[in-house]
Amino acid sequence: MAAVATETPFHVLAVDDSLPDRKLIERLLKTSSFQVTTVDSGSKALEFLRIHHDSSTPISLQEDQLIYNQEVAVNLIITDYCMPGMTGYDLLKKIKESSSLRDIPVVIMSSENIPSRINRCLEEGADEFFLKPVRLSDMSKLKPHILKSRCKEHYNQQSDGNIDESSSNPTNSSSSSSDNSSSSRKRKAEGDAEILPKANRSRHS
Amino acid sequence: MAAAALREQLNALLSSMYASGLVDDQFQQLQMLQDDGGTPGFVAEVVTLFCDDADRIISELAALLEQPVVDFDKVDAYVHQLKGSSASVGAQKVKFTCMQFRELCQHKNRDGCIMALTLVRNEFYDLRNKFQTMLQVVPYVLKGPFDFQVFTGIVKMEHMLLKLKRIACPCFLLKFV
Repeated sequence: MAAVATETPFHVLAVDDSLPDRKLIERLLKTSSFQVTTVDSGSKALEFLRIHHDSSTPISLQEDQLIYNQEVAVNLIITDYCMPGMTGYDLLKKIKESSSLRDIPVVIMSSENIPSRINRCLEEGADEFFLKPVRLSDMSKLKPHILKSRCKEHYNQQSDGNIDESSSNPTNSSSSSSDNSSSSRKRKAEGDAEILPKANRSRHS
Repeated sequence: MAAAALREQLNALLSSMYASGLVDDQFQQLQMLQDDGGTPGFVAEVVTLFCDDADRIISELAALLEQPVVDFDKVDAYVHQLKGSSASVGAQKVKFTCMQFRELCQHKNRDGCIMALTLVRNEFYDLRNKFQTMLQVVPYVLKGPFDFQVFTGIVKMEHMLLKLKRIACPCFLLKFV
């Protein structure tokens, strides 16, 4: 079961308060062979991410949780900028502040072409900025970001010796596939920023 | 036989929508996302969602503009929403009237905003009528195979030809009630 990670489609979490826009982005993503979950607010997005990415899962549920996490692990988040309450920018910040979520690539969408806004998002760690309305051709820009972040994870797992030793021990939630991201994110948070200099974009603010 | 006649009607309707600027390239994007199976599915769904959303927003705007003291920030936020969703479905004229509306919001001009809302509403109703016709015809047309991609190619060509014609004799009217 763990080994099929490379064949499961990538899972994108799309966040937009506008219903027609949500329908559109969902369709664009599905047409481009992504698995999609849509939510209508930043807080719901965080809720979804916490349920599916929280690394502090009870040990007794580990086996099921492992499989569950793999099935719904989020590989990319695409969010509208202008939303009531938590904006896309606020959501981006919260994601980048979270040790378990910060490696998930984030794409921001906005109907307004404001360079300072775009720069602010990129500086905060957004991987891409789409001008709305989003088109089919934009979808091809997503996979490179997902693959890039997976390479980082894989690199992380390899550079960290523990993972192979613990493969027999399910409590360490390490599988042979590089898909199980929660453990590698935990390790990453323990400070190997030097190994991957580009991992955290300008966290200085 | 009937299906062919309806198909012609549908083609004519869609090409007039493009030609008059009622819808733009983004609507073509929606058509491209249609199921190959030919079911109305996606386009019908997103168009319906848009219309419901627009209806709701227009009502909210009317209510806000009736207040003794108008909250222009709220008005602007709603118009921004409508502008966004109209852009997403390719509702070009609605989008343009929303842009005009937003400018009037900036100036906190109540009468101007009321006028702008009328324009938005008119454009939206016009578009909605055409969408409804389209959606009524489509299920019949799509009983047989219907290649949206080929069709949009034809529409694009007609659209371009009409654009060229229009440069020679521009004739745009904005409807007022």
